[in-house]
Amino acid sequence: MSACLLAFATAVLEPVKLQWLFNDFILGYFQDVLLGSRVVVSRSFADFTPQATFDIKKCDVHRLEEGPPVKATLTRDQGLQYYRIMQTVRRMELKADQLYKQKIIRGFCHLYDGQEACAAGIEAAINPSDHLITAYRAHGYTYTRGVAIKEILAELTGRKGGVAKGKGGSMHMYAPHFYGGNGIVGAQVPLGAGIALACQYQGNNQVCVTLYGDGAANQGQLFEAFNMAALWKLPCIFICENNKYGMGTSVERASASTDYYKRGDFIPGLRVDGMDVLCVREATQFAADHCRSGKGPIVMELQTYRYHGHSMSDPGVSYRTREEIQEVRSKSDPISLLKDRMLSNNMAAVEEFKEIDIAIRKEVEEAAQYATSDPEPPLEELCNHIFKNDPPLEVRGTHPWATLKSVS
Amino acid sequence: MYCSSWQFWSSLHKGSSGRCPWLLFPFFTLWLFAPPPSQLSRCDWLCVMTRSDRVVNCSCDWLKSLDLSRVTAFSPAEDRFNMAASLRCFLRTGKNAVSALQRREFHRSLPAAVQVTVRDALNQAMDEELERDERVFLLGEEVAQYDGAYKVSRGLWKKYGDKRIIDTPITEMGFTGIAVGAAMAGLRPICEFMTFNFSMQAIDQVINSAAKTYYMSAGLQSVPIVFRGPNGASAGVAAQHSQCFAAWYGHCPGLKVVSPWNAEDAKGLLKSAIRDDNPVVFLENELMYGVPFEMSEESQSKDFTIPIGKAKVERQGTHVTMVTHSRYVSHCLDAAAVLAKEGIECEVINLRTIRPLDVDCIETSVMKTNHLVTVEGGWPQFGVGAEICARVMEGPAFNYLDAPATRVTGVDIPMPYAKILEDNSLPQIKDIIFSVKKTLNV
Repeated sequence: MSACLLAFATAVLEPVKLQWLFNDFILGYFQDVLLGSRVVVSRSFADFTPQATFDIKKCDVHRLEEGPPVKATLTRDQGLQYYRIMQTVRRMELKADQLYKQKIIRGFCHLYDGQEACAAGIEAAINPSDHLITAYRAHGYTYTRGVAIKEILAELTGRKGGVAKGKGGSMHMYAPHFYGGNGIVGAQVPLGAGIALACQYQGNNQVCVTLYGDGAANQGQLFEAFNMAALWKLPCIFICENNKYGMGTSVERASASTDYYKRGDFIPGLRVDGMDVLCVREATQFAADHCRSGKGPIVMELQTYRYHGHSMSDPGVSYRTREEIQEVRSKSDPISLLKDRMLSNNMAAVEEFKEIDIAIRKEVEEAAQYATSDPEPPLEELCNHIFKNDPPLEVRGTHPWATLKSVS
Repeated sequence: MYCSSWQFWSSLHKGSSGRCPWLLFPFFTLWLFAPPPSQLSRCDWLCVMTRSDRVVNCSCDWLKSLDLSRVTAFSPAEDRFNMAASLRCFLRTGKNAVSALQRREFHRSLPAAVQVTVRDALNQAMDEELERDERVFLLGEEVAQYDGAYKVSRGLWKKYGDKRIIDTPITEMGFTGIAVGAAMAGLRPICEFMTFNFSMQAIDQVINSAAKTYYMSAGLQSVPIVFRGPNGASAGVAAQHSQCFAAWYGHCPGLKVVSPWNAEDAKGLLKSAIRDDNPVVFLENELMYGVPFEMSEESQSKDFTIPIGKAKVERQGTHVTMVTHSRYVSHCLDAAAVLAKEGIECEVINLRTIRPLDVDCIETSVMKTNHLVTVEGGWPQFGVGAEICARVMEGPAFNYLDAPATRVTGVDIPMPYAKILEDNSLPQIKDIIFSVKKTLNV
């Protein structure tokens, strides 16, 4: 009886075909039975809402007449794609956590889980021909910029199949139009402004997305880059990923002004909800349009959160409470937010998400398998890649009798 | 060292030591073919006047033989201005560097070798490379509208405009990072530091962002950039503006470090540096900018380059090998000239490149002469000379040494200001001569 009422209600409230009504009723009934017996039922794509418009949080603006739109349209395909990307990044980071605890990954490992909406949203708004540079919390961006999971994990485990052949590690992964991965806090910001200069110089209508954290936001070289970017109207989107903590120091303890979107002073700014992939996408689209129209740079602050500590050597609970982390996980998790949105608007089914999850888990597991079984780089590679396009040279080893060869 | 122009004229009339006979009037006509006076330093002018071979390898030191002791010390810029002004009385009005270059084309009928200052050679190199490759551009403080703090980039902004010659604010870390980022994205920047002392503010970008990236990315990301500017001691600029960075940059793998001496070095090496796909630190010397040298016809070609990583034997010798770089090549040649009168034949090697060091050239020479003296302006501890000695010890040449190698270096102190103190903080010719004799035990 209640199922019929529900079906009737949906027929009144949403324009759906009678066919769908029937299917809803039948399969809704089966769903309860089948979920109980853990059988996945596939549904035809015609069952779902192809597209929906959502209200998103309004962005605070600085030196702008108006901000990005407060409504965002999401198609089913886009939604699934964003979900896939975010879930992949999430699982990849958790796998990295696991491998680090097993001591298969060593050194630095700065994990990105909790912040997936930033990477997914930004990538959704820019073109592959645009440029992106970030700091050391870079695994998510390495993936969204096109590097395969297995190459990322193999780089973390230091194997020759890694994206940088095992020579770079966690913080030094590169891809076409992706400039890392930079270990020195804040150094990537002038680099990003330089990449934007190259875009302007070459007149190719591309923009450079330059990311930094709330900790780096106080670096002097940022303000130097802001000055030149504004002076020369460089097409640079400066994005501050404010995850509330610079290592162990909260933003209140580090910055005299925590309005990071205003710190560009003469550069217009936006404060964006970084846990909502649609918010990030709309804001980045707005920012990219701003830059491409020749108005110069723009600053965006993405308010986000990281579940892990600063790095794997930081438990992450000495400067914040477990309750706080748990609260963010339950109320603002970016993946859950997107999933709930899509489910409540009938854009996808729970089983679909489950299928995607299973496929991703499998993919990440295979990648981890590859990363642990791939051999380490051969010793002959030790001195290679010092110079580009140079004849082979001899490199001094640890003692005078060790003369090693280097090829470009 | 710098004197007022009237003093200069009077000293000319008085005559000097026998090294450069003054025959004023017959050479007057040569002035018509001289480069415009606004670009001439005193050395330029003297060389034009005398046409003497002896001044080819001129350093400013030998000019002390002129009686200039009654001179008031002007600033270098002021002195150049005064010189130019007085010469303008005799010669036609000056034109800019670009038309001077164009005028050189007209002078093809003249003898093939010309006198070119280091400054002009650098200017030519940049001009030619800017013309050759669209991706090359110059950025730095005062490089555009001011024509360069030391006038090295004179005329380039007028010729190439705002897009290719960029004036930056006084923000080294920022603009160096921007230059490195532009190089990563496919351009070929020349990043000028007003002096290398200021590069310390940006050294993270030079080392961590530029030098190490090709290796860290295993060849995925290259950084074709040139960092250039004056390095080492100048005249009266004191401690914060006189440091030599050859050893600091020479320490780092992933960088090429080049230190030219004369005009040919300057032009050939800068062109090679700009064409190189790797980060190159190009250490010039402010005191050498105004010094003219003869440039062969070959070196005037637009495709003339000198390979990075190869030293040059400037003077053949048999008794001792002197290894040096930059300004001190002049000092060594002068010391060698003095020592030659006493029967000591010095082999002078101009390193040209600090990293990669041309150890083979040094070893070959040491195996011939059996004695080694290194000469540099930088501090002794962990310096270029220290590295050369260590390398010689580790290689076959060690067995050929008849005496321990000697390093002649700057004094291990921050650079003082007072002239007498400054002069005694840096290697003088007498120090080199003394060290050679001690090494040879004569």
